[in-house]
Amino acid sequence: MAINTEKNTYTVIFACIMVVVVGSILAFLASSLSDKIKENERFEKQQNILYAMGINENEDEGSVNFIPTDRVEGEFSNYIKEQLVIEGDQITQDDEAYLIDMKKQLAEMKNGTTPRLPMLIGEKDEKKFFIIPLYGKGLWGPIWGFAALDDQMVVQGVYFDHQSETPGLGANIKQRYFMDDFTGESILDGTQYAGIAVAKGNNDPLNNTKDDNEVDALAGATITGNGVSVMISQSVNLYKDYLETIRAK
Amino acid sequence: MALLTKKDASLILDPLADNNPITIQVLGICSALAITAELKASVVMAISVIFVLGVGNVVISLMRNIIPSKIRIIVQLIVVATLVIIVDQVLKAFAYELSKTLSVFVGLIITNCIIMGRFEAFALGNGPWKSFLDGIGNALGYGVILIIVGFFRELLGSGTLFGYKVLGDPVKMTGLYSTGYENNGFMIIPPAALIVVGIIIWVQRSRNTALIEDN
Repeated sequence: MAINTEKNTYTVIFACIMVVVVGSILAFLASSLSDKIKENERFEKQQNILYAMGINENEDEGSVNFIPTDRVEGEFSNYIKEQLVIEGDQITQDDEAYLIDMKKQLAEMKNGTTPRLPMLIGEKDEKKFFIIPLYGKGLWGPIWGFAALDDQMVVQGVYFDHQSETPGLGANIKQRYFMDDFTGESILDGTQYAGIAVAKGNNDPLNNTKDDNEVDALAGATITGNGVSVMISQSVNLYKDYLETIRAK
Repeated sequence: MALLTKKDASLILDPLADNNPITIQVLGICSALAITAELKASVVMAISVIFVLGVGNVVISLMRNIIPSKIRIIVQLIVVATLVIIVDQVLKAFAYELSKTLSVFVGLIITNCIIMGRFEAFALGNGPWKSFLDGIGNALGYGVILIIVGFFRELLGSGTLFGYKVLGDPVKMTGLYSTGYENNGFMIIPPAALIVVGIIIWVQRSRNTALIEDN
């Protein structure tokens, strides 16, 4: 039987069937895989947080190796001693604070609602780490990460990630040579919470100067780099009041 | 019996050289510029396109007699988008690390003109097996150029290959850098890809003058 594929009714019916078939396939796939995907995302967050604290399995100079997914949950509860949610002046304990979506909180803040800000307190070798989430804009999409501070407001480690920065350019924010530069920099300039700027004219490729609130920029990634600077100063300012209470003076 | 007839083999081999989608048909240039700053990204993109184009061509070819011609472009788009999303979701569930590397490519695959071009020009008029070969061939032809461009851009721009410092360390001034050599920052920005592709086109046409168009 030959079908007349030129008729309008056929076209409309074909389009409807196509939409239903494709829609069902994708909906089925999404719902059957969503648990697994959520679990992966949770593990990733734990890995990122531990990485910022300096708990990783890095081998040589260039590698970024997280705690493997089968061990990460255990390690996470070992090292992270306290999880707080800062909501205006209220500070509450919440064991799932690390799962708070910063994107949503920042959007709510724009609408005038008080954001729920997660603050994680970790402990390694009897030293306290205060870990704050970062969230900002890169060139093509969101960038985010975590920064671990000590009670002097000196960065102990960071982890950055991005959704769609250009490979070889902006995507290099998650390379060791970029992230490692932040370690040892202070987010304080005097008593101001200045953050850390990704600066082109820093002229410090070996990153010896630790007190200038600046790290070397990435070649060819000006906008992503500026995005990182803005992300850090904005996030640090969100936590300013809390950080002031824990700062050793 | 040969696995492929001569005609089938030419479906795979032609796009690798004398009918290359990038250098001869000048399709898929956008992604060739965007992601070739690193060799690794080029390889990942090449593999993704081989998969999507191979499978997509077969799907379109199987549907070729029932697709209404008025909405065929939309149907093609839906097929590519669906395939890409399926791959993305499955990777997210079972190979999370890999899916993170791929994230930026997903959108680029859907908009890759080579894919729509092959659906429209080949799969709509040929059987599934031929379409499969054609898809693999064109994707390979695309991948080869991507990898060549990625090789030169990463080597000259960053002094690395697959992230390994093959020319020495530019900060500690070891290897080639001790002689005063410097990375060419121009190579890692997109215009450099256009120049590398241009040079490939030039070399290819000077070796095979039959490819030069008459004006």
